[in-house]
Amino acid sequence: MSDIFGLAALSGVIRRDVRLAMRRKTDALTPVIFFVIVVSLFPLGIGPERDTLRQIAPGILWVAALLASMLSLNRLFEQDYADGTLEQLVLSPAPLGMLVIGKVGAHWLLSGAPLVLLAPLLALQFDLPASSLSVLAISLAIGTPVLSLIGAIGASLTLGLRGGGVLVALLVLPLYVPVLIFGAGSVDAVAAGLDAVSHLSLLAAVLVLAGFFAPLATTVALRIALE
Amino acid sequence: MLEGVNLQATRGERSLFARLSFQVETGECLFVQGENGSGKTSLLRVLAGLTPPSAGTVRWKGSPVQQLRDEFRRELLYCGHLSGLKDELSAIENLVAGALLAGDPVASCVVREALHQAGLQGRDDLPVRFLSQGQRRRVSLARLLLQRRALWILDEPLAALDVQAVRWLVGLIDSHLRSGGLAVITSHQDMALVNRPHVIRIGV
Repeated sequence: MSDIFGLAALSGVIRRDVRLAMRRKTDALTPVIFFVIVVSLFPLGIGPERDTLRQIAPGILWVAALLASMLSLNRLFEQDYADGTLEQLVLSPAPLGMLVIGKVGAHWLLSGAPLVLLAPLLALQFDLPASSLSVLAISLAIGTPVLSLIGAIGASLTLGLRGGGVLVALLVLPLYVPVLIFGAGSVDAVAAGLDAVSHLSLLAAVLVLAGFFAPLATTVALRIALE
Repeated sequence: MLEGVNLQATRGERSLFARLSFQVETGECLFVQGENGSGKTSLLRVLAGLTPPSAGTVRWKGSPVQQLRDEFRRELLYCGHLSGLKDELSAIENLVAGALLAGDPVASCVVREALHQAGLQGRDDLPVRFLSQGQRRRVSLARLLLQRRALWILDEPLAALDVQAVRWLVGLIDSHLRSGGLAVITSHQDMALVNRPHVIRIGV
């Protein structure tokens, strides 16, 4: 067997999920459009006071990103569970952890990556300076994969439960807090004339931790859900 | 080859079966019978390693399945109640993706040929949601042609199949057993296999 580490299976999962999302465009676009709308509502509600807007922008963009990423979480494993694909994934000779990373990767590509690209554009509504824009994009690029990873734990734990959507929020949002603090903090730091490197390094450390532990926890939860 | 030792499964407080032991050798088929709710599916899920038994062990080639992990899964093909098909994808896309995830990638022309044998020519590129229940079942059974696995665990494979498809499937299982494969099957209908399968009844 050439595929010891399950890399072929991993890319197979990503490709299949992305293709599925292309067939179900409304599902795939919902979190992105939600993000755009929520972020755009704040300048309209608060009014054109530049100083206020500039101050609240990082927090709003990050909170909107958290909520947008959470919106699509209950679909992460739910459909695979309902149609039996999850059984086949668990019975695959490829390591389940790799397949989970594939699922999370596809979730990030569909709900995290678009936010990274859109955020700098939306941040213009808040009159953020150019230096903050790049840090915002970098912090989102490091932070949104963490959201998908932690979200996978919540989604797998609530698999097969009725009203799982609300429960996911309760489970996952507290775990998102460090990401929110370091993510929004990095943009704040730049705005205050400081260096963002410390915040971004901490964010990257969270990513490494989540990248290691989240697939493990998710595989355990998935196996329990199927019993 | 496949051996169940003192297997027990419980649903809540109720014991479905207990002290169940059996052995299936190469070329043999185990036919599990029982009423609705007697625990046939639970037994099959235990054998496939999806559910751990509440007592007892499942052995494959003498070693417990729990220890073998992917070594066992590489030789197993499980066809459950759920089709494992994505409604939005076509039959071909489903089977190609499924085979890749199962660790033995196949080319789409091979898949087309397998679907042809399953009696689905002309419907290969249709999203699966437009297929009937029986046709979906045929698509998921076409995996039997694509993945070379020693042990087939089939849960009610005849459900929703027409007479022709039943004949095709029985022939497929016969040739699998002839070439040294094993099969564990549940069904409420009789299957006219060439060699008489071992029958166990549970829930009596």
